[in-house]
Amino acid sequence: MKAVCWEGKKNVRVEEVPDPKILNTQDVILRVTSTAICGSDLHLYNGFVPGMERGDVVGHEFMGEVMEVGPAVRNLKTGDRVVVPFPIACGECAMCRRDLFSVCENSNPNGWMAEKLWGHSPAGIFGYSHLLGGFAGGQAEYVRVPFADVGPIKVPDGMPDEQALFLSDIFPTGYMGADMCNIKPGDVIAVWGAGPVGLFAMASAYLLGAERVIAIDRFPYRLQMARERARVWETINYEETSVLERLNELTGGRGPDACIDAVGMEAHGPTAMYAYDRAKQALMLETDRPIALREAVQACRNGGTVSVIGVYGGFIDKFPMGSLMNRSLTIRTGQCHVQRYMRPLLERIQRGEIDPSFVITHRMRLEDAPTGYDMFLHKRDNCEKVVLTT
Amino acid sequence: MTTATHRTDPGGTSQGLFEDPERVARGLGWFSIGLGLAELGAPRSLARMIGVNDDDDNRNTLFALGLREIASGVAVLARPRSALPMWNRVGGDMMDLALLGRALRADSSERNRVAAATAAVIGVTVLDALTAQKLRAGTGDGAEEKPRGGIHVTRAITLTRPREEVYWFWHDFENLPRFMEHLESVRVLGPNRSHWKARAPAGTTVEWDAEITDDQPNELIAWRSLPGADVSNMGSVRFLDAPGGGTEVRVELRYDPPGGKLAAAIAKLFGEEPSLQLSSDLRRFKQVMELGEVVRSDATVTHGPHPARPPELDEIPDAPRAIEQEALEGAIR
Repeated sequence: MKAVCWEGKKNVRVEEVPDPKILNTQDVILRVTSTAICGSDLHLYNGFVPGMERGDVVGHEFMGEVMEVGPAVRNLKTGDRVVVPFPIACGECAMCRRDLFSVCENSNPNGWMAEKLWGHSPAGIFGYSHLLGGFAGGQAEYVRVPFADVGPIKVPDGMPDEQALFLSDIFPTGYMGADMCNIKPGDVIAVWGAGPVGLFAMASAYLLGAERVIAIDRFPYRLQMARERARVWETINYEETSVLERLNELTGGRGPDACIDAVGMEAHGPTAMYAYDRAKQALMLETDRPIALREAVQACRNGGTVSVIGVYGGFIDKFPMGSLMNRSLTIRTGQCHVQRYMRPLLERIQRGEIDPSFVITHRMRLEDAPTGYDMFLHKRDNCEKVVLTT
Repeated sequence: MTTATHRTDPGGTSQGLFEDPERVARGLGWFSIGLGLAELGAPRSLARMIGVNDDDDNRNTLFALGLREIASGVAVLARPRSALPMWNRVGGDMMDLALLGRALRADSSERNRVAAATAAVIGVTVLDALTAQKLRAGTGDGAEEKPRGGIHVTRAITLTRPREEVYWFWHDFENLPRFMEHLESVRVLGPNRSHWKARAPAGTTVEWDAEITDDQPNELIAWRSLPGADVSNMGSVRFLDAPGGGTEVRVELRYDPPGGKLAAAIAKLFGEEPSLQLSSDLRRFKQVMELGEVVRSDATVTHGPHPARPPELDEIPDAPRAIEQEALEGAIR
C-alpha cells in the first residue's frame, strides 16, 4: 500500500510499504478514506519530537471503512464506516475507567522510553514516534486500529467525511481546551493560535457559553478565519500589538477569565524572548519554546485558568511560576481524551450546532502529502487545514 | 511503578564508611584531580595557604606535585576497584609528608600553617591506606572482572484485576513466558518443582530447576533455583490490595548474571538493563491480566528495531499461531 513516511527532518515521502495486519485480537484494519495533516505533525516534520525513525508511517487524523476484523471485536463489522481517535486506549485500565483515555496504561508497548523522559508513560498514539508506541499512522491507504471496540465510532449514513473526520483529533482537542476552562456565563476567553485546533477551541468556547472570545495569531488570514468562521469578538496580531496591553484594554484591565494555549512548543514571538528561546532551543538547552504559554499565564485574570492544548515535548525555560502561584491561577492540560468527547460532539454536528469542515482550506490526494506538509508549514496559499483523500 | 537495583556486597563484613570502598576510592580520585588542578593553576596561593614561601622553587615543586596528583586521580578513577592505584596514592602521600616535614624545619615557613597542612595530609594518608586495604580484601588486587555479587531488582505494578486471579495466574509458572521476554519456557515438574529455560546474551540459553520456597495463597510466592543451575537465582512476588481497588504486584529478583559482571555490563550497553527488563515484563503482565494478551505495535511486534510501519508477515515471529492461540485463550477467559 501507499503510505506517508517520515524520512528525516522536513522530509516526508509517499512510499510503498507492506499492508497492515491484525496483530492483536481486538484489531480492525481500515481502508482509509480521508486523513488530515495535523499541526502536531509539523512538530514531527520539523524534527522536534524525539523517538522518530526513518520510514515511520505518520498520521493520526483519519477515518475509513472496516476491511478486516480481529477475532475479539464485537461492535464493528466489515463495511462499517468509522472515525478513529488519535490516542490508543484499552478501555480496561484504571485510567481508561476514569475516562482519561490519552493516559491509558496499556497502549504504549514502548512505555519504558516515555518513562525515561516523562516519569510515566501516556497512551500510545498513531504515527507519532516510537516513544508513543511505534504504531504505524493513518496517512496511508490502510491502517491497523487496535482496541476497535473502545476507540472508533460509526459515522452516521449521509454524513460526509469532511464533517466527521475532525472528531479524530482537532475538534475534541479544541473542545477539551475550552472544557478545561470551566466556562461560566459572561466569561471572556483568549485563545493563542488561530490554527485549526485554535479555531475549534474558539468555536467550542462559544458552544460552552463564553460571552466573548479573543483570537491571537500573527497571520492576517488566520485571524480573518477566526472572525468569520469561529465568530470571535476581537483579534490581536501579536506582531503589530502588545498582546498583554491589548488584552488589558479589551477586558477592562482585569485579563481574560481563561487563556488557551493552542500553539505549543514551536511558538513564535516578536520579542527578544523569541530570539532567546530560539537560541536556547538550537543549543539544546531547552526543547520547547513556551512563548505563548508565558504570555497566557501573564495575561490571565487573577484566579483564572490557563488551559494548555498545544503540544509540548520536553522542557521549558523561564516559566512564570511566580505569576501562576501568587495570582491563584489554575493550569490544566493534556492530550485530548478523544474517546470521551466523540459521541457528544458527533451529536452536536448532527444537530447542526457546528460544521467542523469550516477549517478546511486545501484538499489533496494522499500522493501529494509532501506538498501539503510544505504548504501547511510555510502557510502558503493561506493554508489552514489540509485533507488528504485516497 | 517503583524501582530499585542494588549490587549486593558478598563479603557482608564491611561496615560504615567502607561499606562501599569503591565509592570512597572514586571520591579520593576526584579529590586528587581537584587538588592537582589547584596546584597547577594557583601554585602561589596554595603555597601561601600551606604556609611555605611562594618562591619559584616551591612553585615548581607544587607544579610537579600537581601533575602527579592528577595522574594518580585518573588512575584511581580508571580502576576504582583495584587496590594498586590506591597504594600508589599512599606513596604520593608519603612524598608530600616528607616535603612538608622539610618545610616545617625551614625558617621561611609559617609553622602553624605547615603543621595544619601536615595534619590534613596525614588524615588523607590514613584514608587512602584503609581504602586500599579494603579494596584488596573485597575483590582481590586489580581483579575487576570477577563478579562481586548478584543482581537484585525490585519492581511494582498495579492492576485492575482481583488479587486471587492475579495470584493464581502467576502461580502457574507456565504462564510466565507469556510476559517475561527472556523466558523461553517453564515446565512444571511437580507441586513445588519446575524447569526453566531462558534466553541469555549472545544467543545462548540457560536452564535450571527451581523450587517454590514459600507459597501463601493470594499473598506471596517465592522460588529459588536448585543446585546445578546455569544461573543461580531466586525471586518472590507479593500480591496486595491496591488502595482504591485492584492489586499491587511487587516482584523481587536476585540472580548472578550469566557470564559474570562483564557480560552484564556489556548487556547493559545494549539496553538489557535488569530493572528495565523487569519493568517491561510487568507492563506485559498487566496487559495480559487486564486485556488477555500482550499489546503489539508495528514497531514492537518484530524482534529487533523496526520502523513504525506494517511488518512483513515473515517478520512477525509465529504471528498467525500466536493470534489464534491468544484468541482461543481470550474466548476461554
